[in-house]
Amino acid sequence: MSPLKIKKGANSHSAYNLRPNFSDVEERHTLALLVENEPGVLARVIGLFAGRGYNIDSLTVAEVDHIGHLSRITIVTRGTPQVIEQIKAQVGRIISVRDVHDLTVEGASVERELAMFKVTGTGDKRVEALRLADIFRANVVDSTLSSFVFEITGAPEKIDAFAELMRPLGLADVARTGVAALSRGE
Amino acid sequence: MTRQMTGAKMIVQALIDQGVDTVFGYPGGAVLPIYDEIFQQNSIKHVLVRHEQGAVHAAEGYARSTGKPGVALVTSGPGATNAVTGLTDALMDSIPIIVLTGQVPTFMIGSDAFQEADTVGITRPCTKHNWLVKETDKLSGVIHEAFHIATSGRPGPVLVDIPKDVQFAKGEYTPKAPSKSHYKPQLKGDMDAIVELVEAIEKAKRPVFYTGGGVINSGPAASQLLRELVGATGFPITSTLMGLGCYPASGDKWLGMLGMHGTYEANMAMHGCDLMINIGARFDDRITGVVDKFSPNSKKAHIDIDPSSINKVIRVDIPIMGDVGHVLEDLLKVWKSRGRKTNTASVAKWWKQLEEWRAVNCLKFEQKGKVIKPQYALTRLEELTKKYDRYITTEVGQHQMWAAQYLGFEDPNRWMTSGGLGTMGYGFPASIGVQMAHPDALVINVAGEASWLMNMQELGTAMQYKLPVKQFILNNERLGMVRQWQELLHGERYSSSWSESLPDFVKLAEAFGAKGILCSDPDDLDDAIMEMITYDGPVLFDCLVEKHENCFPMIPSGKAHNEMIMGEVDTSTAIDAAGKLLV
Ligand SMILES: Cc1ncc(C[n+]2csc(CCOP(=O)(O)OP(=O)(O)O)c2C)c(N)n1
Ligand SMILES: [Mg+2]
Repeated sequence: MSPLKIKKGANSHSAYNLRPNFSDVEERHTLALLVENEPGVLARVIGLFAGRGYNIDSLTVAEVDHIGHLSRITIVTRGTPQVIEQIKAQVGRIISVRDVHDLTVEGASVERELAMFKVTGTGDKRVEALRLADIFRANVVDSTLSSFVFEITGAPEKIDAFAELMRPLGLADVARTGVAALSRGE
Repeated sequence: MTRQMTGAKMIVQALIDQGVDTVFGYPGGAVLPIYDEIFQQNSIKHVLVRHEQGAVHAAEGYARSTGKPGVALVTSGPGATNAVTGLTDALMDSIPIIVLTGQVPTFMIGSDAFQEADTVGITRPCTKHNWLVKETDKLSGVIHEAFHIATSGRPGPVLVDIPKDVQFAKGEYTPKAPSKSHYKPQLKGDMDAIVELVEAIEKAKRPVFYTGGGVINSGPAASQLLRELVGATGFPITSTLMGLGCYPASGDKWLGMLGMHGTYEANMAMHGCDLMINIGARFDDRITGVVDKFSPNSKKAHIDIDPSSINKVIRVDIPIMGDVGHVLEDLLKVWKSRGRKTNTASVAKWWKQLEEWRAVNCLKFEQKGKVIKPQYALTRLEELTKKYDRYITTEVGQHQMWAAQYLGFEDPNRWMTSGGLGTMGYGFPASIGVQMAHPDALVINVAGEASWLMNMQELGTAMQYKLPVKQFILNNERLGMVRQWQELLHGERYSSSWSESLPDFVKLAEAFGAKGILCSDPDDLDDAIMEMITYDGPVLFDCLVEKHENCFPMIPSGKAHNEMIMGEVDTSTAIDAAGKLLV
C-alpha cells in the first residue's frame, strides 16, 4: 500500500469522488403499481423518479377500484438491473403504494397502448394512408376532405411502426395514452 | 367511543393519547386555534423556540435521546418552510418526528392567500409521508396514523398540514386504537438467510461487525443483543457516526468509528476482512470511500429494515430484511443451537493484525505550547464529564468529527448528531430538546463557532425554560472543515472560510442572561470545564483552539479505506510502518 500523498498547494491531486457506473446493459421494464387513490399520490411517484434521476418512458394512471380507492399506475422505465431493483424498492417505500409488480420479470404479460394520428393531405398520399390504416387495423374516427384521425391500439412497437409509415404521408399530430399492461393467465 | 370536539382540541387530545409530553413550536395566524387549546390544558408542555428550524431540531434531539417520537408545531407559510431543513435532516438520519403545520382555510387554498405555501408539496420529498387534512372528522385518525408511520419500520419525519377552518370546525374524535394501517413493515428476518449468515460466522477468518444507526433505532434491546453477540463471538466491531453508543467505547472489541474520519484500525479492518456483517448501516459514501475499491475480498451480509438500502450502493451476498433486534435475536438463537462455533484460531490471528493496526495509534496528538488543541479540549471534556449522566449533541464540521473520535459513548441514545444531512445549526436546538427530555442530565453541545451562530437565537429558549445546556464551542475562527478541504484539495485558496467579525461570546451570553466562559490557555482548561459543568444554567463556553488544525485520519473522497491520510506530523512514518503490516 502506498499512502496517498496530497501535496499542499497542488491541484492535480484534487480527489473528488465520482460515482462508479455499474455499467450493465440497460433494460426496459414495465411496472404496475397499485396505489391509494388520494390527492398527491401521482406526485409522490413522479417526484421520486425525478428526484432520484430515474427514467420514465411512459406512464398511465387511472382508478381501478372505486370502492377500495385504488388506482393503477403503469410505468415503463429503463435502467440497469441494479437501477431497476432500486426503483422497485424505492417506489415500494412510498406509503401510499400498496403493491409493486414488475411485469417484465413476473411471467408473461400483455401490453397495449391506444394512439390517435391526424394525417392531412389529398390525392395518392391520402389513399395510401387509408390503405395502411386498414392493414394496421386502425379505425377512422374523424375525417374531412383533407384529413383523417386514425385510432389504433396495440403494443407500443406496432404504434411506433404505424407512426413511421404515416410520417411521409402527412402526419400532423399524434396523441398516445402510454402503456397499459396486465400479466397473462390467472 | 367517539366524542364531538373542534379540530384544534382533537389535535391536543390526540397528542395526549399518543403519550406526548412536550411540543416544540412557534405560533402564527394559521395555528392560533391550536395554541388556544394548548393554553387551556396542563398535560402537554409547549416550548416556545425562537425559530421554527430550532423547533424541528429540538424535536429530533428529544426523539433521538428518548427513543420516543418528537413533536413540533408551526404555522403556515414561513413557519412551514422554516421546518424544511429539520424534516430533511430527520429523513436522512431516520429520526421519528411529527410536524404539525397550520394552513390557510380550505376555501382559500390555491388563492395565494396570506402565508399560504404548498406545504405538502414542498415537504413531500423530505418526509416519510405527509397529509393535508381537509375534514375535521378525519383529523384524529390521521394524527394517530402519523405517529404509527413515523415510528414503525425505518423511522422518519411525517407532517400533517391542517387548514384553519378544519381546526375550528367540530367533528368526531377517534381515540387511539390498534392501527388498521396498511403500513406493516416486516420485522422478522428470513430464516434461511439468517442460517446462511450463521454459517458464514462459523467459518469467518477475518470478520468485522459494521454497525449503524439502525441498531439504535431498533431500541435498547437491539444494542443489548449486539453486545451479547460481540461478546460471544469475539469479533471486532466498528460503527458509523450514527451508531456510536450501540456498543460501548470501552469494550475491548471496539475498533472506533469507521469512515472518512474513522480510525485506522476500523477502516483497515473493513478493507481487509473476509466477512463483513452490516447491522443497520447503509453503506453511505462517507463510509465506503470509493465503492470500486470497497472491501474487495469480503463476503458481505446486510441486516436492514428498509429493502431499498439493500444493494443500493454495495452489492451484498447475504441480504436480511428485518428489524435489527428481531434478526439478532434469531441469529443468536441459531448460532447457539449449532454449538456457538467460530474459527477461533484464525480469528485470533486476525486480532493480532488488528492490534498492530491499533498500535499505530492514529488519534494521537501532542498538546504542546500555549494554544489549546481541539483534540486536547475534547480529551479533557471526556475525562471530566464521563462520570456524569451525560448526553452529547454536536454541530457540523471538524469539531463534530473530533467529538466522535475523542468522546466515548457507552450507551445508545447518548449521542445526537446530524449525520446524513450534515446540518450546521443542528446541535444547539437539539441540545434543548435533549434537556427537555432529561431535565437532570448533563447536556453538552460540542460546537464550532460558525455552526453555533446559525441557531444562536435559541439561547433565548434555553434561558426562558431554565435549560442548563452547555455550549462547548471549539472556536478556531474558521469554517474549519471547509478550510481543511481547501487546504488539501483546492491549493490552499481559502475562499470565504474565515469566520470574520465574530461576536464576543462571553458578552453575547451575558446579553441573554446566560453565563459566558472564555478559555484560551491549556492550563486553565480543566478548571474552566468544571466551572461550566457545575454552573446551574446555560453556559456558552468559548474555547479558543488552534486555528489550522486538520482532522485526521482522513479518507479523501474518491479513495479507498487503505488510502487514508494519517496526519501532518508523522504521516509518512505512520503509514509506512502500517503499510508493512497489510495483509
Ligand atoms: C447549513 C450548512 N451550510 C454549510 C455547510 C458546509 N459546511 C460543513 S462544515 C462547515 C464549517 C463549519 O464551521 P464550524 O462550525 O466553525 O466548525 P469547524 O469545522 O470549524 O469545527 C461548513 C460551512 C453545512 N454543513 N451546513
Ligand atoms: Mg470553526
